[in-house]
Amino acid sequence: MLRLPPFRFLRPGSVDEAADLLAEHGDRAMVVAGGTDLVPKMKRGQMEPEVLVGLGHLTELRAVHATDGGGVEIGAGVTLTAASSDRRVGADHPAYTRAAALVSSPALRNVGTIGGNLCVDTRCNYYDMSVEWREACGFCMKKDGDICRVAPASKHCRAIASSDTAPAAIALGGTVVLVGPGGHRREVSVSDLYQDDGQFYLAKAPDEIVECLRLPPPGAWRSSYVKVRRRGAIDFPLAGAAVALAMAGPVVEGCRIVLTAVGSRPFDVSAAGEALVGRELTGRELTGEDGLLADVAAEAAKVAKPLDNADLHYVWRKQMTRRAVVQAIVEAAGHSPALAALA
Amino acid sequence: MEVPDGRELLRLSVNREDRLLLVRSHATLLEVLREDLGLTGTKHGCELGECGACTVLVDGTPQLSCLLLPAQVEGTAVTTIEGLARGSELHPVQQAFVAQGGLQCGYCTPGMVLAAKALLDENPAPSRDEIKEALAGNLCRCTGYAGIIEAVEEAGRMLS
Repeated sequence: MLRLPPFRFLRPGSVDEAADLLAEHGDRAMVVAGGTDLVPKMKRGQMEPEVLVGLGHLTELRAVHATDGGGVEIGAGVTLTAASSDRRVGADHPAYTRAAALVSSPALRNVGTIGGNLCVDTRCNYYDMSVEWREACGFCMKKDGDICRVAPASKHCRAIASSDTAPAAIALGGTVVLVGPGGHRREVSVSDLYQDDGQFYLAKAPDEIVECLRLPPPGAWRSSYVKVRRRGAIDFPLAGAAVALAMAGPVVEGCRIVLTAVGSRPFDVSAAGEALVGRELTGRELTGEDGLLADVAAEAAKVAKPLDNADLHYVWRKQMTRRAVVQAIVEAAGHSPALAALA
Repeated sequence: MEVPDGRELLRLSVNREDRLLLVRSHATLLEVLREDLGLTGTKHGCELGECGACTVLVDGTPQLSCLLLPAQVEGTAVTTIEGLARGSELHPVQQAFVAQGGLQCGYCTPGMVLAAKALLDENPAPSRDEIKEALAGNLCRCTGYAGIIEAVEEAGRMLS
């Protein structure tokens, strides 16, 4: 039996108290809500907190409600199942609910939370292994070592951003509210939650807790998320593209493209989508006859530099990043994904 | 009651029976079920949340007992495979798995049956795609999935 090491489990009365407890116990403590990311990593010795600050019992984190401006606020403790099946969120922000529905498997989505998925640990074939494997291979800088095993010359860890919902939330203009010690709150864009370093991938302070995700009213924005993985049943993304299009009829007035699983943070590559602005997405553009979508996707995927530290070949993952972008654009424009096969 | 260090009191219902247990704080629900309660029908497979062998129902929803901490199941109603049959009469989902040959070695079967029961409780006539999605996190390495899916379809007919 693969067992957890001993730890102290604390039950704060509120998220404010949870942040205070994190500050009090420093780097010996971590928060846990669903635990679907943390518990396996504790079993494999990738994370070794002595104190766990529980969030799962806090009902204040489990609400979904409309905001005054017509947007929606989703508590960080809302499960991925609940978020992905919320009709109002799904009608306004299909990229987000689709991304949430594509995380892992149903039993894990019944427990895993939307806050947990935004903060999900970065992944790497040299890190997501048992402690015995990592010791035999040689530890890496993300845990217990001092070099990057996949890119030994790299000064920073190259583990892969693996959240499905983060790119969708960024493409939709989402923000998160962070709660720090003393009840201090600040709201930052979801994009600003991340930095391109696989070891220190979250840009928030260690004692700050994600309280909720806010998505603005959709207006003319339509969206989609496309995920690439080996098994459609369960895997983390090997590449992913979230696209939001502001549409006036068939004409694109704005385009946001965000990639996941192609670096240590989600990449906002919306500049690549400017070529679509002012264009109609109806005929030749969609079928790929004029090469427009292929050009946009190639530009968007320039930032993607997959390494040999995940499932499937890194060259193929780069190619599939372009395909994911094309398919997400076609779907966001309201057309059948089958059209993307032609583009 | 004084609780020793490293232990905590856990109140929950297991298969319709209320329990008050003194458990290790870092024991997973899987360990509590198998080792403290002797309910070995819940299987341990990968123990990392990847295979679904340890699936149980927590307040009616499939969850992976190998990842659940005591605090997460405090006050809940847990159903394991031992809680499905009534006396010697198997639950319709179990009967259908037998009738359709939906098992071979049987190691994944408790998790499969419970995930299928949760699906059929909400949707007695699921499509094949809905069945596949509901069982997406339950891996079988020997039977193949055809018999399992047919068993869930038959169980749905029996229940409706």
